[in-house]
Amino acid sequence: MILQVQEVSKRFGGLQALQDVSFEIAEGEILGLIGPNGSGKTTLFNVINGVYPPTQGQVVFRGEKITGLPSYEVARRGLARAHQVVRPLNDLTVRENVMVGACFGRERHSLGRAAPIADQALAQVGLTDRADQLAVTLNVAQKKRLEMARALAAQPYLLLLDEVLAGLNPLEIAGMMETVRQIRDQGYTILMIEHVMQAIMSISDRLIVLDYGQLIASGTPAEVAANPQVIEAYLGAPEMTARLLAD
Amino acid sequence: MNPWKHYGFWLSFLLIFLSGLVVLVLRQDTLRETAFTVLMFIGLASSLNIIMGYTGYVNFGHIIFFGLGGYFGFYLLSELGWPVYLAALGGGLLSAVIAYIIGAAVLRLRGAYFALATIGVNEAARSFVSNFEPFGGSTGLYVNFSAYDRYGGAAQALWFTFILLWLVVLAVIVASYLVKSSRFGLGLTAIREDEDTAMVMGVKAPQDKTKAFLISAFFPGLIGTLYFFKNGNVEPEDAFRFQMSLEILVMVMLGGKGLLLGPIVGAFAYERLRGYLITSPVFKDLHLALSGLILLLIVLFVPGGVAGWFRERFPQFRRWLE
Repeated sequence: MILQVQEVSKRFGGLQALQDVSFEIAEGEILGLIGPNGSGKTTLFNVINGVYPPTQGQVVFRGEKITGLPSYEVARRGLARAHQVVRPLNDLTVRENVMVGACFGRERHSLGRAAPIADQALAQVGLTDRADQLAVTLNVAQKKRLEMARALAAQPYLLLLDEVLAGLNPLEIAGMMETVRQIRDQGYTILMIEHVMQAIMSISDRLIVLDYGQLIASGTPAEVAANPQVIEAYLGAPEMTARLLAD
Repeated sequence: MNPWKHYGFWLSFLLIFLSGLVVLVLRQDTLRETAFTVLMFIGLASSLNIIMGYTGYVNFGHIIFFGLGGYFGFYLLSELGWPVYLAALGGGLLSAVIAYIIGAAVLRLRGAYFALATIGVNEAARSFVSNFEPFGGSTGLYVNFSAYDRYGGAAQALWFTFILLWLVVLAVIVASYLVKSSRFGLGLTAIREDEDTAMVMGVKAPQDKTKAFLISAFFPGLIGTLYFFKNGNVEPEDAFRFQMSLEILVMVMLGGKGLLLGPIVGAFAYERLRGYLITSPVFKDLHLALSGLILLLIVLFVPGGVAGWFRERFPQFRRWLE
């Protein structure tokens, strides 16, 4: 198991954001994380990669407890993340942004070695011709790709993708999906949050479902889609339920 | 990599190197005094640039490193009889240690909170030194005239101090460049742009910004010792002028923060302008108001400063303005 999340709880004052969440990811697997808005998905990512410590529970990454480690220590152990809200380093070029990933990620490359790795990651997400632009000049779809490239350049053991499809138009979604597939085919282990249901259903090996901070279901996409609790959780969004049922 | 390719570095380095050389060749006392002041501000502004321009932490208390380091260095040379270069080194090291201690507390703060905390630290340092007897309390310390004998008399000592300052400023330029062109510097820039994201990407922000703060504080300590040695005395009012902190900040902004050449251009321009203003009968009491106005205009219209504006306006000169 590359990642084990054991009975993790996170409380913010009176809000129980996560409650006793446990799951595992095997190497080479794509695990999809779904759930209605506010169900704690991004909080779970934040707990896994050390943005904040859990109130209770353990996170074990490649056999080592990483609970409560600061985010840069987690990154150096080989866990990279693409944010839901894109956060490019605006005043750096696109290539420099990606070089930060290569320089401070798992391998901690020197500047000289980071440049070709950055270029490779940019080629992978299709941003090669933007490499020398300032990151601030990219549009949303390109910024999403930049997030991916930065995470890839860190050459992580595990990739956390937080809604990399959100805010993209259908054409851009198709392109991004293709990129995610290519990354999977290279053998990366991926944990991804996604709201675009067809996308995550088709790409994930397994799915886990969060609702009000609790894990309510896990299994293959087909199993999860047929789970009554999951359908209930999504009932607030009728089209989503319809789509789930149709799959 | 071929070091001659680093145009931006050589431009800044040779600018300082050649101006110092000209002063040494001409051997005029007034020119030396003017050059001393300009070089001093270039050194102070360039060192501030490391924490402010590269790392994005606006420090209103840069002058305390000049003051405290200078005080300590002056104490070493006047009370303990150390040679000035060793005393200056001692002053620099003390400033770095103090930066480490202060940094542990204030570098946790971000943005305006950090800036405000650094103002408080400045006032605290002044009160401390004013009441610290080994440093002469509020009257300060004076150098024993015999201390100049070691260098062949007072006149020789002044030239010797000028040469030391010149070397220190060259060292600031080299250090700034090494920081900027390294992986460490890339991490600092990442912190400046978005500290949380930088950390998620593996940048050890708490440690890296402390290091940047240390480097930034080391040089003012050296410069302070040399400055007070040249003056022959040190007192709290002279060592912790908050006004000077502001002026250094204006210099960095005026020239262009985050660029190697920026503080050099800014310090030179501001210092010349100030020299004109305080001797002009109309403006002599208004020079601070004017520097405030300059700061306002820069922030509003040319946030990149002179060098930053050039860099944007003439992309073909980019590599000269790193």
